[in-house]
Amino acid sequence: MALDAKTLAHDFDEEALGFDAPARAAPERRTALHRVAAALMALGALAFVLFTTGLDLGGGWSALAATLGLATLGACLWFYVDFKDTAPGIRHDDTFFRGIQNRNLLGWALGLALTGFYVVLYFQPQLEKLGFPAVLERPARLCDPLARLFSGQDADRWFLYGLLYTLAVWVFGLRMFLKYRHNRYQQVRTASVMFFQLGFALVLPNVLKGLNQPEYYLTYFWPLKSWYGEPDGVHHFWTSGTLGMGLILFGALMILVATPLLTWRFGKRWYCSWVCGCGGLAETLGDPFRQQSSKTRASWKVERWMVHCVLVFVTLSTGLLWLNSWRRGEFLGAWSNPFSLTYGFLVGAIFSGVVGVGFYPLMGGRVWCRFGCPQAAILGILQRAFSRFRITTNGGQCMSCGNCSTYCEMGIDVRAYAQQGRNIVRASCVGCGVCAAVCPRGVLKLENGLPGDRFEGAGNPWSVLVESLRRTEGPGYRSWVGSGSAAPSRSDLA
Amino acid sequence: MHVAILGNGVTGVSAALRLRARRPDWRITLVSGESTHHYSRPALMYVFMGHMRYRDTKPFEDSFWGEQRLELVRAWVTRIDLEKKRLVLHGKPPLAWDKLLLATGSKPNRFGWPGQDLEGVQGLWGLADLKTLHDSCARAREAVIVGGGLIGVELAEMLHSRGLGVTFLVRESSYWNNVLPAEESAMVGREIRAHGVGLRLATQLQSIEDDGRGRAAAVRTDQGERIPCQIVGLTPGVSPNIDLVKESAIPCARGILVDRHLRTRVPDVFAAGDCAEIERPGEKSLVQQVWYTGKQQGELVAEVIAGQEREYEPGVWFNSAKFFDLEYQTYGRVNRNVPGEASLYWEHAGGKKSVRIVHVGGKVIGGNVMGVRWRHAVCERWIEEGRGLAHVLPRIGEASFDPELFARHEQEIAAAFARQGAA
Repeated sequence: MALDAKTLAHDFDEEALGFDAPARAAPERRTALHRVAAALMALGALAFVLFTTGLDLGGGWSALAATLGLATLGACLWFYVDFKDTAPGIRHDDTFFRGIQNRNLLGWALGLALTGFYVVLYFQPQLEKLGFPAVLERPARLCDPLARLFSGQDADRWFLYGLLYTLAVWVFGLRMFLKYRHNRYQQVRTASVMFFQLGFALVLPNVLKGLNQPEYYLTYFWPLKSWYGEPDGVHHFWTSGTLGMGLILFGALMILVATPLLTWRFGKRWYCSWVCGCGGLAETLGDPFRQQSSKTRASWKVERWMVHCVLVFVTLSTGLLWLNSWRRGEFLGAWSNPFSLTYGFLVGAIFSGVVGVGFYPLMGGRVWCRFGCPQAAILGILQRAFSRFRITTNGGQCMSCGNCSTYCEMGIDVRAYAQQGRNIVRASCVGCGVCAAVCPRGVLKLENGLPGDRFEGAGNPWSVLVESLRRTEGPGYRSWVGSGSAAPSRSDLA
Repeated sequence: MHVAILGNGVTGVSAALRLRARRPDWRITLVSGESTHHYSRPALMYVFMGHMRYRDTKPFEDSFWGEQRLELVRAWVTRIDLEKKRLVLHGKPPLAWDKLLLATGSKPNRFGWPGQDLEGVQGLWGLADLKTLHDSCARAREAVIVGGGLIGVELAEMLHSRGLGVTFLVRESSYWNNVLPAEESAMVGREIRAHGVGLRLATQLQSIEDDGRGRAAAVRTDQGERIPCQIVGLTPGVSPNIDLVKESAIPCARGILVDRHLRTRVPDVFAAGDCAEIERPGEKSLVQQVWYTGKQQGELVAEVIAGQEREYEPGVWFNSAKFFDLEYQTYGRVNRNVPGEASLYWEHAGGKKSVRIVHVGGKVIGGNVMGVRWRHAVCERWIEEGRGLAHVLPRIGEASFDPELFARHEQEIAAAFARQGAA
């Protein structure tokens, strides 16, 4: 008999191989600097809690420095110490052994904490009516000196949120710089989202506010910020002076001219992973959790239906609101206000905020972008229909390891295409470039090539949308298995 | 018609998929004792290091197999019964077939070293090895890897990721120098050492010491060194996994002997991938043991099984690997002792990137890149079309496959090549 008794007796369930929490010869190095960093973060957090409960930290800049300042410094130091002695390259060791990145109790707790924060942020007035204290009022006072610097006015809880958001993008952006110090694409892209977050989502709107101009976010347009395209929002900007009118024109040009043009040239990434604030947070704070996005065919189907339904919903509701406005309110009557609020509440607050960020540790950083964002839906249809962008597969070099799929935050089964030698042209791809970075065989490359070389794609936007909703198969071998037709496999060439 | 495929690695699965496309109505069964589903063997290291979970290494969702009507049998085959045309399975009823494809892959070499059966001594071949290694790590602080090939570096990186002190014994005077030219070999050597792995060149294993309880305690080298270790990784190459086949009447030499159609000498029995030795009249027989050839042979043998008269033609060779953080791609013939072989070589000042173009009298026959990525289709075309340096050198940029915004070195490379007399 060729097989020895040991092999024959060998009987284990490979699905439950048990590689959790491996025994280590040397425990993970935690240096003195790690402890300093942890102490700084803890001190900052403690000061924050004490300040929130009423402790006087001297007001002004000193309070801000003692709380968010210390915590930020500690976090930056932590990441620096963590990466400074590692060699430049992909360092994903232990990703699936660390519980917080792998939906253990800590991961769920973090998800719950983020969700809780968003609930308090969005529903503070309602919670107050129910008797809960306005817990974000005191922390907002921390931001007063900064808010006054930008706008001359005191901070509100939205300013606090903007500051925390920007800090998260910058601190985890620094982490991205350290992690990808061998990768210029990642560095430039990260710098871009950091710049747009600070300049266009924090500073500029507040400066505009201080100048008595509309508080406008130049990086958001209808339909993502649906209010900008609704009668109410347009009226608001129209009546607030020349700048306001200019902003209406800017918004219209962005969605009608710049979006199709830029998406044709660069793919949807020009917005989703270079400019957008939601994308910016996903690419920085969300990076440690990207492997948690589901890659199943079922989740792909849910994604296609959900994201396009949101797009239809926001388009219909905006259209109805304009119809109503044109009929001077007779059309929706008393319903117009609640109707306008529905999108804001359901999609804006619950989906993009509470679920979108709250689920980072559970489903990766792109839950909102993948399942809910109407802007992403439009960009995706354009990308799929006629963009020059694709991820090129390098001939037959793929050996199906699956790093690309595992680390795709949008849940694309990249490997399914790469192992067939097919280019990847998917509506949802935000062009973050991580699949190409983690590939150990140099198989994937983001490119803006000639439309004809994309292998797949094209068609008019409408048929792309219809096909996307009707499609039932996964990406695996659908082009030939089952049909019995000739298989255009790249490896045939050899 | 029932086709049984022995082995669910890349060869067996590539064959099954292609056969399903050609013959929608045939019954196809994949048999494996190792795992129920196909997984990517090269990804084993990433499971061990925590980059992925086992389930992430499976290239197809579990539901895929049922949808494609590919039957999966999880069992070890104990005998190939050619007379009754069936596979005898361990613990399961025999499986009858009309046509049989042998895709049993490779198995690690063993050279009869004293102590090679001790606990803690192992190779890296499959899931069971991964589990054993994982368990061994619980009580190990040091490891020694023996054998200077690709699996050895993978194993070194895996154990290094778990915090073990790793020593790497390489028999040759420079790492993998039977494949890599001296400069690339030296670069990989530097990369291995830069990660804190003790690389011992021109050093062979003599024996493995017992700790008195049947476990590895140390190795002794032919240089007289004793290196304490609790894990010994043996990776001195692989050979065709034909133990089972040799007991049948199917003729074997190094591997299972097949013709250019990948047919064995027994009717209705085929072999492909690592386990096959392809006989070519007037040429040396061919045993190819990399992922890509396994895939190509699998797809080709499916055509033959389906009734097509197709011959296996090894195309322009290509391969790739990653040594810690250093990526390597090769195309065509490099370092193969082709008469008149000469090469142009550029190395980046940082010592972590290089480009080599191999030519015979100006005609390009191959190339190596380290730390940069090249485009398979372009390299293959140049070599297939027999392009000369005069054509290739001005177009080196076309071959670049590095990510956008990465530093480009075309001018520097052109200057270096010009200095070497290629102008």
